[in-house]
Amino acid sequence: MARAAFVLVALLAVGAALGLVIKKNVIHGAMFLVVNMASIAALYYMLGAEFLAVAQIVVYAGAIMVLFIFAIMFLIPGKDETGPDPRRWQRALALPLGALLLILLLAVVAAVRGTGPPAAGPATSGALYRALLTDYLLPFELTSILLLAAIVGVMVLAKRRPG
Amino acid sequence: MTLPPIAQTAVAAFVLLNVVIGLVTYVTLLERKFAARMQSRIGPYYVGPHGLLQPIADALKLMMKEDVVPSSADRWVYNLAPIAFLVPCVLIFATLPFAPGLGLADLNIGVLFFLAVSSLEIVGLFMGGWGSNNKYAMLSAMRGVNQIISYDLPFVFAALVPVVLAGSLQLSAIVTAQQGLWFAAYPVIGQLGFIAYLVATLAAENRVPFDILEAESELVAGFRVEYSGMKFALIQLGEYAHIIATSYLGALLFLGGWLGPGPAWLGAGWFTLKAMLVFLLLTWVRWSFVRIRVDQILAISWKLMLPATVLLLLVTAFWVAWRSGGGA
Repeated sequence: MARAAFVLVALLAVGAALGLVIKKNVIHGAMFLVVNMASIAALYYMLGAEFLAVAQIVVYAGAIMVLFIFAIMFLIPGKDETGPDPRRWQRALALPLGALLLILLLAVVAAVRGTGPPAAGPATSGALYRALLTDYLLPFELTSILLLAAIVGVMVLAKRRPG
Repeated sequence: MTLPPIAQTAVAAFVLLNVVIGLVTYVTLLERKFAARMQSRIGPYYVGPHGLLQPIADALKLMMKEDVVPSSADRWVYNLAPIAFLVPCVLIFATLPFAPGLGLADLNIGVLFFLAVSSLEIVGLFMGGWGSNNKYAMLSAMRGVNQIISYDLPFVFAALVPVVLAGSLQLSAIVTAQQGLWFAAYPVIGQLGFIAYLVATLAAENRVPFDILEAESELVAGFRVEYSGMKFALIQLGEYAHIIATSYLGALLFLGGWLGPGPAWLGAGWFTLKAMLVFLLLTWVRWSFVRIRVDQILAISWKLMLPATVLLLLVTAFWVAWRSGGGA
């Protein structure tokens, strides 16, 4: 049963990712991205990572997608991308780099395969928060300072008047 | 005969879905009757005794209407939008515990699940506005995206106040934590949190006074102006399902959920009664105030609601830490 559910969700994720890459219409692409993010959240959930699944939906399928959609609506007037592709030379790089990524992924999967899930069982969200705010407090705070700096930087750049 | 667990869950989900849809259909009648009382009218009266069959007549009428697709619409996005809008609105009911042990999935992180999934409705809303290829629908969708991002944050912070008081993200644990005193009755913190929750709900549900995205004098009917027949009904259903789910969550977070006098099997009844009370509070506001401007709505969110709710959450956290003896 779990296997059937996994295959279904995985097919959905891969299909949505393909749709995102192939579709010329940017809004359709954004919709495919939502489906992709949501199915990845479902995969996290099946692995017992409840909090990660919900965070994936809040952050990626919710906040980031809304931001994308907003940017697309404001910046791209037409529905389809038209005209010549300004970055044609990147296409030549796509295949070798993609193959490299695939090999790396397969190597990681092969290394992890067979070890199975950790014996401690699914981590509860309480344990996660405790770890974040005690053992990993410094990296956690550093990340938030990084994000804060990025927000302030954006404000400064956006406020700067030309001339 | 016992069914395998997955089939049991499927049956339970089917039953819940139908109960929710029936409830949501009848809530429209409740709202119309309530609004009519406020304006010294009678409201729906002729279909069935005291208009009791009006929602069914409305549903049948919408099913029989012609389904019009605008010729310039983006067909896929346009047709999928009502479904994308409805699914998250109904899915959030899955995590609500209606009585001890009576609920589909009492997740460890129920509150987070509710908040995450309920914010996905924006995708369907935007798809509807953009797919219709109509300038009013598009403007409405843009306003909607704007407003919903602005009010999601105060909404989440207000909903986290009871979470901090209860010390759990699990919805049933939040209810049991209120056995002594409902969170709405907590001095100052509880009342402020409840008010903030109600205001943020009004805005997140796009109800008057925050209904700029369907302001009929400027935008006809907002993002669903091009929808007709069953698709319109689905959007309407999603909207009401969302507000009812949020009323249930409010009743659970602040009014003690299923707790109440009488035997345990009355729990679901108490819970529904409290949720309807929250819904009527929201409806009362809806029929009492006038619409405010876009910039005022955004200013209220970012300059008042957000700092106020963050401050409230901080105060609550300090109080809980102080009460438990100076923290960990």
